[in-house]
Amino acid sequence: MNKTLNQKAWFFVIPVFALVAFNAVVPLMTVVNYSFQETFGSNVFQWEGTRWFKEILHSERFHASLGRQFIFTFIILLIQLPLGIAIALTMPKKGWGVPVCLILMSMPLLIPWNVVGAMWNIFALPDIGFLGNSLNSLGFDYNFTQQSGDAWFTTILMDVWHWTSLVVLLSYAGLNSIQPAYYQAAEIDGAGRWDIFRYIELPKMKKVLTLAILLRFMDSFMIYTEPFVLTGGGPGNATNFLSLDLVKMALGQFDLGPAAAMSLIYFLIVLLMCWVFYSLMMKDEGRT
Amino acid sequence: MAKITLKDLSHSYLTKQSNDADWALRGVDIDWKDGGAYALLGPSGCGKTTLLNIISGLLKPTKGKVLFDDKDITALNPVERDIAQIFQFPVIYDTMTVYENLAFPLKNRGLSKTEIDSKVKEIGEMLELTSTLNNKAAGLTADGKQKISLGRGLVRSDVNVIMFDEPLTVIDPHLKWVLRSKLKELHQKINRTMIYVTHDQIEALTFADQVVVMHEGQIVQTGTPVELFEKPKHTFVGHFIGSPGMNILPCEIENGQINFEGKILPNSTSIKKTNFSKTQLGIRPEFINFSDEGIEVKIKRVSDTGRHKVIDTECSSGSIKILANASAEIPSDSAHITFDQKYTYLYGDDWIIE
Repeated sequence: MNKTLNQKAWFFVIPVFALVAFNAVVPLMTVVNYSFQETFGSNVFQWEGTRWFKEILHSERFHASLGRQFIFTFIILLIQLPLGIAIALTMPKKGWGVPVCLILMSMPLLIPWNVVGAMWNIFALPDIGFLGNSLNSLGFDYNFTQQSGDAWFTTILMDVWHWTSLVVLLSYAGLNSIQPAYYQAAEIDGAGRWDIFRYIELPKMKKVLTLAILLRFMDSFMIYTEPFVLTGGGPGNATNFLSLDLVKMALGQFDLGPAAAMSLIYFLIVLLMCWVFYSLMMKDEGRT
Repeated sequence: MAKITLKDLSHSYLTKQSNDADWALRGVDIDWKDGGAYALLGPSGCGKTTLLNIISGLLKPTKGKVLFDDKDITALNPVERDIAQIFQFPVIYDTMTVYENLAFPLKNRGLSKTEIDSKVKEIGEMLELTSTLNNKAAGLTADGKQKISLGRGLVRSDVNVIMFDEPLTVIDPHLKWVLRSKLKELHQKINRTMIYVTHDQIEALTFADQVVVMHEGQIVQTGTPVELFEKPKHTFVGHFIGSPGMNILPCEIENGQINFEGKILPNSTSIKKTNFSKTQLGIRPEFINFSDEGIEVKIKRVSDTGRHKVIDTECSSGSIKILANASAEIPSDSAHITFDQKYTYLYGDDWIIE
């Protein structure tokens, strides 16, 4: 293919560049700026070099919240992906069931995140909440505000409720794009249900699943609002995920420098993980 | 290997049918001889694919029976029927290698490893896929992928029929020719019944011994390419086959003779039945000649296709296309034409009157 060289194209990029600069590059640079300095307010800054980075990387508090974050993300991916695919597979392909299912599935995604947190908070309250009360009357000793296991259970359940639909919708779209001829050919070839899933559906869903994993990884790794409203990171530090911890450090303690350094490390981890996921999953694509 | 018989087959995708248009297939009756090469020809939406899917068992017909060697198999599923079908778009299993793709239908039928290996290698060679057997199937070009689809059908020695549903749609024009001759060659080599669905008359006429023409869910004619050309039994066959198609002109029946524009055309046998809602005469552009007398026409346009000239003319009953040699002299403005009597047919309600 011959590409025509046309430098004028740069002019078309300028508006986007300006917009991105304004809403992403400039704030990010401010964070970078903070991460190398110490401030006690009144806009007075003092150069600290890489001190905050070293401190954060060696801080046990950071290790703990990073660990919690990884465990949380790992668990929800492990639940939401298979569950989402399974639901998508059982959804009807035509008829009145399609819009009903799609609307039901979209509902959790449309609810504002703090509302989700508040809903689940009330829902799970051990005394008056439907979930909490039911569990207790069934004989379980359930109290998510006091027991860390219960807090984790509730947070994960909330996230599964809130976000599995995204995996479902993406998988469903992927499944629907498969030509009927594939199923017909498989039928003629004598393939069983598992073979159809393993050799047709799963490979054809690869792209949307990659997207689903990336989105679910990023969103769950940066989760803030829902656990903030539900548990506030507690009990103790049990559900104190990275972003909750970051906000506590930046706004609660007003440690702008360390918080900025932590943000950057956080950002780089997300970026790195996305890159790793993406290149692992797209490894074979180059050959096709 | 089997003879395939379709008995009074009708199919509708709707649960309730009120008129003819609700049926995708209407009363199809046909015998496919064992080992024959058939083409199923018709425009999009005429019911070809429906018919194919009923033979393969992917669809259950609303009415009628499918018989393999006189045994009713209407209720059997595709696996039990032992058929092979190749689809419009190459269907391959992306994550498997070419070898695994070809082995898949055999593996599912529980053949031993050594049997599978010898079969796959044999078919690989036949389709010239030997050098790519260990490659990922997803990396192949469209024609390579279509060869795999074909191979998965051929690899089973027991198939009753191999069906092709417009298999060359996504193939480049120069490769179409190669693959088509490959199919023809394969047919001669393995001698199995093949049904080839297409809307392309050239494809149908070059592949098949017998061409089955479908129109609005019905089989309108079955015959050799020559028969379809020389004696179309339905006006649809007349204008669908041939380029340009047959001229179909309104006419009257008078005392058993064809009356066209007030002129009685010579007719060998006299026509008895006359109660048609419309009568038409059909004449192919190839069989019309200029002469000193006959039907008066106005010449509208002459297009040169290289070997032939296509002449658009207009008479009072409508337009008539005439095909003449490129070297032929074409009268300008107005002319008289005569129809070759041997190839002039009369159609009553679109069906030939003999």
